[in-house]
Amino acid sequence: MSTSLDRRHVLFGGAAIGAGALLTGCTNSSDNDKSAPQVKAGASSSGATAGKAVTIGFSAPAADHGWTAAITINAKAQAQQYSDVTLKATEGTNDVAAQIQQVQSLIDAKVDALVILPFDGKALTEIAKKAMASGIPVINLDRIFASGLAYRTWIGGDNYGMGVNAGNFIARRMKAAGKSDPVIVEVAGIDNLELTQQRSKGFKDALAANGLRLAARQAADFTAATGQRVTAQLLQATPKIDAMWNHDDDQGIGVLAAIKQAQRDKEFVVVGGAGSRKAMESIKADDSPVKATVLYSPSMASSSITVARLIAQGHGMADLVEHEVPASVTTFSAVVTKENVDQYMAVGFS
Amino acid sequence: MSDTPHAPAPGLSAPADIPTAVPEADEHRRVEELAAHAAKEGVRTGPFASLGGIGGLGGRGGGSGGGRGAGALRHLALVIALGILCGIGAVTKGSSFATTSNMVLILSLAAVIGVVTVGMTFVIIGGGIDLSVGALIALASVWSTTTGSQAQGPAVMIFTSVLVGTLCGLLNGLLIAYGRLVAFIVTLATMVATRGLAEQLSDRKSQIVTADTFLSIAETRWLGMPLLVYIFAAVVVLGWLVLNRTTFGRRTFAVGGNPEAARLAGINVRLHTCLLYVVSGFCCGIAAVMLTAQANTGASTHGMLYELNAIAAVVVGGTLLTGGFGSVLGSILGVLVFTTITDLFILNNLTTPIQEIAQGAIIIAVLLIQRWGRGRSVTT
Repeated sequence: MSTSLDRRHVLFGGAAIGAGALLTGCTNSSDNDKSAPQVKAGASSSGATAGKAVTIGFSAPAADHGWTAAITINAKAQAQQYSDVTLKATEGTNDVAAQIQQVQSLIDAKVDALVILPFDGKALTEIAKKAMASGIPVINLDRIFASGLAYRTWIGGDNYGMGVNAGNFIARRMKAAGKSDPVIVEVAGIDNLELTQQRSKGFKDALAANGLRLAARQAADFTAATGQRVTAQLLQATPKIDAMWNHDDDQGIGVLAAIKQAQRDKEFVVVGGAGSRKAMESIKADDSPVKATVLYSPSMASSSITVARLIAQGHGMADLVEHEVPASVTTFSAVVTKENVDQYMAVGFS
Repeated sequence: MSDTPHAPAPGLSAPADIPTAVPEADEHRRVEELAAHAAKEGVRTGPFASLGGIGGLGGRGGGSGGGRGAGALRHLALVIALGILCGIGAVTKGSSFATTSNMVLILSLAAVIGVVTVGMTFVIIGGGIDLSVGALIALASVWSTTTGSQAQGPAVMIFTSVLVGTLCGLLNGLLIAYGRLVAFIVTLATMVATRGLAEQLSDRKSQIVTADTFLSIAETRWLGMPLLVYIFAAVVVLGWLVLNRTTFGRRTFAVGGNPEAARLAGINVRLHTCLLYVVSGFCCGIAAVMLTAQANTGASTHGMLYELNAIAAVVVGGTLLTGGFGSVLGSILGVLVFTTITDLFILNNLTTPIQEIAQGAIIIAVLLIQRWGRGRSVTT
């Protein structure tokens, strides 16, 4: 799986719907800082034409990171692609109690489908179950609920797969460079998050499968400042490095700063994570140690709106044989390199 | 705690022997001379009992007289702790710990929080507390890295950052000193509000710095030392001089030790309290420049939990949270202890939870050593 980098896998959700062109320039991208939301026109055979008008409720955590910000932007932009969809989006919050209240208000408003990216999957499980019990299909985005009763369909990224793909890429690269015992280090994200643990496990497993081992691993906080601190010390601890995987491109700004400050930016390969616009630009320009980034694309939010619409209107996914939308959709964590960066530039977030 | 005492209301009958007005100017000078004398002699009696600790503040740095004892002991505990940590480092990971590059790294990682800690030391000695430091750094870094600011060039970015920090400090000071609000609550409120403003300004995105001149603040090295370390050293020396060799410093101890006595001695306690927060804000502005250069970005997530790190360093450094006693030197030793701990753990590739447990345990251990030292110095 790690070698299949074709577009079809990456945009699995969207491709399955069989939609048309990827509309990348359809936004207010006059400002270079703003990334274009990832949307797909509703020109698919499954409910391509405007159907029953539906209202979709949307609740997500606060946009305190480039990725979470892109999630909300994408969901809103995708909803605007459909003339038959009204999106009721609540203000993002990292307060579990507040998010439960928001979901309750969306249930009370009798929306036709609910898309929820819970701040904490376990804490939001009960309210999602309640929504399902009252007949509102819940589309669980990314962070999974604790019970299968809480959602109709789950759509999200593959954290373990992200680690695996990063590990395989580094292993291939090391083999190509003829390094039999390379020094590989990892700068992880927030350590007590399930997603960080899964990413690290995938990375370790993939390295082990290739007969390699991890020399050192430290966790930062998904922020540039902590990325810089942790990396500065990791560099001190490891006098010679061959490859580094950094879980997150936002914290990667700090990671790169530390590498540059230590004047070791010619020494080793850095692989990023999540896929920010900035990381993709430097991969394309080939002007930094970052040679690849493993996607965890917020385009899943766009797909979640499409899925919610199909479910609310009672459609299936046209390219599949099933009558119904599948119960789970896992996006693929592609490795973006200099060779294929152009086709992914559109899904880079800022 | 830093609330300014004021004269009894006219309706209340004040005891006749308590003056309600500010003393004469010459009286003012006499009192300050007395305070300086008390400090030099380490006298711990009389109306300036609370000022007696000033001698300790010179600590190893050259204070004279009996008052030095307790302060030196406090510093000694930290130096021992630092020594033990270095010993552990040399034994467990000697090849990478006991190197010049690692010492330089520890200093450059201590630089940002060190600058914040100098400001915090002033505030805490003056009897206050500043919880907003981390958020001020976030706001200053974001404000100085907006596309507008970056277009103006590095000089304007630095100026903006320092100005934002100083003005926010002034706001804190005005609310606390003249609004007569409790420092803890005021700075808690400004902490939340300024971080909110930083998020609003940056749209919660990392604002990447493109100006190479600005980034060179973190990359330039003179004689093998990063420029950041020189800035850190300059702030520490300046802070030490102001605290120990100027009227401003003496007044800080007086205001923190006994605001009523300070007022009676003719010190404008409100103005002074206000200025202490300005000092802290100014330090945050400088720290924001350093952090922004170091991390290549301005972001609303900068300076997260710096208030706790700074307060921990100040307290471990022997400064009393109740005010009136403390030293810049101790605070900096505190910062170095914490930075060395983190360095040690990362060199040994230990996980975050173990780092946190050990960090907490070491704070307690250092405090216990100090308590033991203080108890001894009192009984002997």
